[in-house]
This record gives sequence, structure tokens and C-alpha cells, in this order.
Amino acid sequence: MAEEAQGAPAGGRPVRVPVMQRLLDNPFLLLFLGVVVPTVFYLIWGIVEVANIPIAQ
Amino acid sequence: MAVQSPENKLWWNEPIGRAEMAWITIAFLWGLIMFGAMIYWHIEGEQNLSNEAYRIKPEVFAAKAEDMVAKYTVRDEGDTGIPVVHPPPGSDVYLISRLWEWWPILELEKDQSYRLHLSSMDWQHGFSLQPTNINIQVHPNYDLVLTMTPNETGEFGIVCNEFCGVGHHTMLGKIYVVDK
Amino acid sequence: MAVETAEGVGALVEEKYRTCPETGLRVYAQAETLIKANAVVAIVFLAVGGFFGLLVALTRWPAVHILPAEWFYLVLTAHGAAVLLFWIIFFEIAILYFASAVLLNCRLATPRFAWLAFALMVLGALVATVAVLQGESSVMFTSYVPMKAAPHFYLGLILFAVGALIGCFVFFGTLVIAKEEATYEGSIPLVTFGALTAAIIAIFTIASGAIILIPTFLWSIGYISEIDSLTYKLVWWGMGHSSQQINVSAHVAVWYLIAALVLGAKPLSEKVSRTAFLLYILFLQLACAHHMLAEPGISAEWKVFNTSYAMYLAVLGSMIHGMSIPGAIESAQRRHGFNRGMFEWLRKAPWGNPAFAGMFLSLIMFGFLGGISGVVLGTEQINLLMHNTLYVPGHFHATVVAGTTLAFMAVTYLVVPLIFRKEIIWKGLAKWQPYLFGIGVAGTSLFMMGAGTLGVSRRHWDMGFTDAPVSFDYPGTAYLMMGLNGVFAVLATIGGLLYVLIVVGSVFFGKPRTAEAIAASPTIPAGAAKVAASYGSEEHPKLPGTLVLVTIFFVSFVLYYFINWKFLSEVWPLS
Ligand code: HEM
Ligand SMILES: [Cu+2]
Ligand SMILES: [Cu+2]
Repeated sequence: MAEEAQGAPAGGRPVRVPVMQRLLDNPFLLLFLGVVVPTVFYLIWGIVEVANIPIAQ
Repeated sequence: MAVQSPENKLWWNEPIGRAEMAWITIAFLWGLIMFGAMIYWHIEGEQNLSNEAYRIKPEVFAAKAEDMVAKYTVRDEGDTGIPVVHPPPGSDVYLISRLWEWWPILELEKDQSYRLHLSSMDWQHGFSLQPTNINIQVHPNYDLVLTMTPNETGEFGIVCNEFCGVGHHTMLGKIYVVDK
Repeated sequence: MAVETAEGVGALVEEKYRTCPETGLRVYAQAETLIKANAVVAIVFLAVGGFFGLLVALTRWPAVHILPAEWFYLVLTAHGAAVLLFWIIFFEIAILYFASAVLLNCRLATPRFAWLAFALMVLGALVATVAVLQGESSVMFTSYVPMKAAPHFYLGLILFAVGALIGCFVFFGTLVIAKEEATYEGSIPLVTFGALTAAIIAIFTIASGAIILIPTFLWSIGYISEIDSLTYKLVWWGMGHSSQQINVSAHVAVWYLIAALVLGAKPLSEKVSRTAFLLYILFLQLACAHHMLAEPGISAEWKVFNTSYAMYLAVLGSMIHGMSIPGAIESAQRRHGFNRGMFEWLRKAPWGNPAFAGMFLSLIMFGFLGGISGVVLGTEQINLLMHNTLYVPGHFHATVVAGTTLAFMAVTYLVVPLIFRKEIIWKGLAKWQPYLFGIGVAGTSLFMMGAGTLGVSRRHWDMGFTDAPVSFDYPGTAYLMMGLNGVFAVLATIGGLLYVLIVVGSVFFGKPRTAEAIAASPTIPAGAAKVAASYGSEEHPKLPGTLVLVTIFFVSFVLYYFINWKFLSEVWPLS
């Protein structure tokens, strides 16, 4: 991942922002995750469950 | 404060306080316990909703119910004209839900198991067995099959607890549980 | 007031702003007007919907039984739509604009689209409300197929949802502009992050709504022959329950906001609070499965995984906020010098300030009543005891009324002076408003949950079954509970009415907030402002009071949880 510099401390040398903070600072990545997780686990898995209900004899 | 950007630009690197960490750990473990409880109940518990279900046409379901009623009717309920059916223990029992009745009335034996089938002829209904308090959703075009074992004798009401139109509150059925 | 020219995408747009004398934030005229418009419409729907709620509660009070059956079902449908969809979502759009444009010192992205969103939402809400009042759409706001409503009922909801979706995009656009124009430094404020969480969940919510409501609309006008009832329910709740998760995220953000503005409270740890929101983003929406636990043909694996938000990780998020917010308040109060004993900080909190009182009541009631009952209700097997009983509305009146609605009411007491720049009228009555409403709603929640525990059905006109062919009697206690529910509903209505009158009165007839008025009664107390001058995370203060509170919470939670397993173990064996 690209080195992103933020908030230079007194020394002036930029520090590496921790990965988790970069995730939390990235609204669109969060949006992606927040849509994909429920879509996969709730909607898609759920629709597969319903679709697999067999037909009665 | 929470309405401004964090002063420490690298807030992720701040340590977490002891009390907070303890609370987070407890909450996390409690979550695992609650998660485990549901799984445990599937193994050891006696009340689990079966996921046996089939797609079925309302006519087909109705025919099966009528068949059962023809074979095992023991009497009519008062002067309501609703048949009371006493199916053999272990058998397949069909309960129709439709606007606005549960049909027929069932008479079951205590401590015997039955394969109860629930399906709707029209809209969704709610099977609410009272006062035992078991509540299950009933759909049209789906036959939900569950094994039910009444463990007390008496008269039980089946309330419809899914809104099903203006007669919803008149949709009341019955199950009798008798000794063998 | 100053005028500044900001560069828009492609063209130069003139944007006016003022600097808030109390917070020093830059407030852009367009953002401010949009916040006002959305908030006002929200409150109109609360007033209308609350009145419907009263009628519903009075009908369910057996001794009063005010409406005939058809009217009851019509009014109940209208109540659900007006309050759950329209009041809450209009207000949330206002919060999104506030948390982005105002808190980030930024102009609002594409105000024209924000107005389009507003217009669509108003139109959709009106169309759907009219459809319900015409009487052909008494299908409850869930509109389960194959029961059919009039086509314009679905159309109204679709228009409303499209509008809300555009509102969310405006929020995201504003985040982008704020970053590009560097109107803030480093990370967005925590409150904005909470709003972001709400907006993300809103997008999934509205997408699910579109997936299901558009075909249902087509079905209602005859283009599609059938909608599968189980699939409908699955996808519909992708919208219906997620929209409750928008509420949770939004009202948690509002709790942080009020604690910050009224007390200068800083989060104990930015890292912990934001991670808790991340858990919401990832897992909260899985709980749509709460509504699918009593349905046929879905595997236990799916039910257990989804209903538990992937091993209760989103509950973990809520429990974290449940400690970090009172903790932030305790630590702020201790810095103000309320250090004596365990609870001086709480006793000497500003209980006479309706913003604070409403916020704290909302926090406590959401946690103790709404949160605990929600987890119990959402336990796969325990759900069998409560599905579709009055326990369900009991639970969600604790979450969405005592929690969200009360939090939104509380923040209005800050929005009126800061955004509308009007004095609150009837300050004496305003002090009591959160208590009246809060106690009323707590009562209705508890008594509905009580009646539900005794098996009483929700959405039901006649618990006596007078017109049924056979008979069944709920226990006498259940009747008593429904009577008490009615009494507390009246109390809640008085509290709600007071809120509407105070807010509308202040907005239209309140005195303007002149410099003298601000000096005489600052919205943000001087002490809070001083503490807020240096912000960031709190450095690990001692929080004995908060620890006692969370311990009480935890013990109640565990006990109530296991009591319900005990109840379950006594019903007829099922497999
Ligand atoms: C004066 C305040 C209120 C009172 C007295 C009240 C009372 C009630 C009652 C008695 C029910 C009916 C339960 C049933 O028969 O199934 C109900 C349902 C409901 N209420 Fe309220 N409520 C109030 C405010 C609110 C607010 C502010 C919201 C949302 C933010 C809300 C959301 C709902 C919803 C979604 C339903 C379910 C409708 C349905 O089953 O389709 N209520 N309310
Ligand atoms: Cu029914
Ligand atoms: Cu019904």
C-alpha cells in the first residue's frame, strides 16, 4: 500500500499512518464493506436458502 | 471533543484504558456465550424450529388436509360446523390457515409427537399457540413441517398474529390435548 | 457575516456563510436552510404520526377501544409509516447535512440535488400517506405480499427512498469536498464518523428497498404476476431492519454530539469509539435476520450467524458506546470539579437542560429496555416465544422512540438556538418535556413487552375475540397491561405534543438569538467551551460511577437473558 503521510510531529518527519486508521479515514472503502458484508451474508445467502426449498411431492 | 477532528492525528496509536479494555473483553466474551447458547440449544434443547419446508400449491395442501379430516374426524365443535380431528400419534397433521380461520380443530394426545404441517391458502398468517406461547409465521405456497409434542393437557387457542385483513381479529382456532 | 467564493466542480459558485458565534463553526446558508427544511417536515410527521399512535393505543386499551376495526388497521398503517419512515428519515437527513457541512466547516455538495432529494421525499411521503388514508392500503407499513396495497402506496415509498438516497450522496459529496478543500485537518470528527456510519447503512437499506418495492409496485399494477412471499420478506427486512440500524448509528452520534456540546465531554478513546462504529458498519445490518427467525425453510446456520450479527460483534459495538458515552460524561464532569464520591458527577449533571436530560434518558432506556430486549428477542429459539406478539412493538418503542426519537428531540433543543437562531419558548415546560415523553414511552414499551410475554398479538383489534367462532381468553393481567399501556401512551402523547408546540413555537415566534441573549444564556455553557478548547481523546481517567452503571447493566442483561431460556424450556417440545 502507498505510504501516506499525515500529521508531521515536531521533528517534521512524516509518520506512517496505521492501516486501521487509514481504513477508518476512508469513507468509500467503508461504504464498500458496509454494503458487501450484508449483501453477501444476509441477502445472497438468504436468497439461496429460499431458492433451495424443495417442491413437495 | 467529538465535534472536532481528533487533536492527536495518530489517534490509532493511543493506548486503551484498563477499565475500557476490561469492559470490551467482557462484552466480547458475553457475545461468544450468547452465540454458543443458540448452538447448544440445537444440540441439547428441546425447542427448535424445524427448517423442513416444501413449496406447495394451496390446492394440494388443502387436499391433504381434507383427506386427513375425512379419515379422522371424531365430532364437530359445538354448532360451529368445524370438524374436530383426532389423528393417530406420529402421523402427518395438516392445519389450514385462510381468511379467517384455522381449519380443522385438532385433538392431540399428551406426550405424543405429531408432524404438524402449516400453510396458508391466501395471505400470510401467524400461528400463535396460546397460552403456551409458540409463534410461527405461516406463508402461502410453503408447507412448514415441524414435529410437535404437547406436554400438557387442556384447551389451547390458536390466535392469528400476523395481520391478515379486516377479519384478522376473528381468526381463532383450537387444539385440544387429551390423555391417551 | 462574510461572503466567500468557493470553487465548485467546473463552475464558480457563490456560497454564503456565517460564523457561529457560539461554536466558531462556519455555517453555509444553503446547508442551514436545508437542515431547517428537513427538520421542520420531520416534526410535522412526528405530530401527525404521534396522534395516530395515541389512537392506536387507545383502541388497544380494552376499556376504551376507541376506533372501529377498519379504522384501527388503517391508522396503525399510517402510524408506522408516518413516524418510522417519515419523521425519522427526514430528521436523519438533517443530521447528515449538519454532521457533514456544519461540523466540517464546509459548503454542502450540490445543494440543488439536496433540494431535489427534499422534494422527492416530501412528494413520496405525501403520496404514500394519502394512499393509506384513502383506505385501500391498510396493509401495515411492512406491506407483506400477497396482500396488496394501491399502486401509489408503493410508488410513494419508492419516491421517498430515491429522495433519501440522493440525500446520502449529498452527504458523501460533502465529505469529498471538505477533504479536497481541506476544511478540516486529519480525521473527520467522531460525530461525523457516526453520521457516516448511518449514511453507509442507509445506502444498503435503500438499495434493498428498491430491489423489493419496485417489483412489488409492478405487481400491483399487473406487470408481474406473483411475488414470492418469503423472498419479499427477506429483502423487505433488508430495508426495514437496516433502517433501524441507521437510527441507532444516528442517535449514538447524537449522544456524542450532545455530551460534547453541553458538557465538553471528549471520547475516552477515539480509537475505541470509531472501532465500535466500524463494527456497526460491518455487522449491524445482518440483524435483519431478526425478522426471519420464525419463517419456514431457512437453515439454522443462516439464522444463527445473521441474527447474532456474526457472533454479536455489533452488540459489542453498542456495549462499547454504552460505556464510553457515560464514561466521557463522568470524566468531563469530574474535570468540572464534581469529584465527590461515586455519583456526584451524575447527581450534579444538568438535569434541567432538556438537551442533556433527553440524551441521558435516551441512553439509559435504549440500553436497558431496548438493547436487552432486542438481543433476547433476536435469539433464534427464544424468538418463538415472542414473534409477532406485542413484545415486538414493546421492544422497538424502547429503541426507536425512547432511544432515537428522544435523542432527536434532545438535540432539537440545541438546533433551535444554534441553527434556527431562536430562543426556546416556555423554558420551564421544556425542562419537563423529556421526562414526560421518556416516562410515557418507557411505560408503553414495558407494558407492551409484558402483554407480549403473556402472548397478546400485535396488530390486533380485539384481544377478546368477540366475533370468533371459538373462544380463548388471555389472562386478566394482559388486559391490565393494555390498560396501563393506554395510560402511559397518553403521558407520552402529552410529552410529544409539548415538544411539537415548543419547537414550532420557538421557530416561528421565538425571540432571535442576539449577542446579548447568547451572553445571557449560552447554549454551550462556558465551562464546556473551556474544556473543549483542547480536544482529543481523554487520558485514562478513573470512572468508578460508569463502572457501577455498566455492571448493573451487565447483570440485568445476563439475568433477563437466562430467564427467557428458562421460559422457553417450558413450552411444548418442537423440532
Ligand atoms: C405518542 C407516542 C406513541 C404511542 C402512544 C405509540 C403507540 C403504539 C402502539 C400502541 C402500537 C401498536 C401495537 C400493535 O397493535 O401492534 C404502535 C405501533 C407502532 N409504532 Fe408507535 N407509538 C408512539 C410513537 C411512535 C414513534 C415515535 C415511532 C417511531 C419512531 C413509532 C413506531 C411504531 C411502529 C413502527 C409501529 C408498528 C406498526 C405496525 O405494526 O405496523 N411509534 N405504536
Ligand atoms: Cu390470519
Ligand atoms: Cu391474522
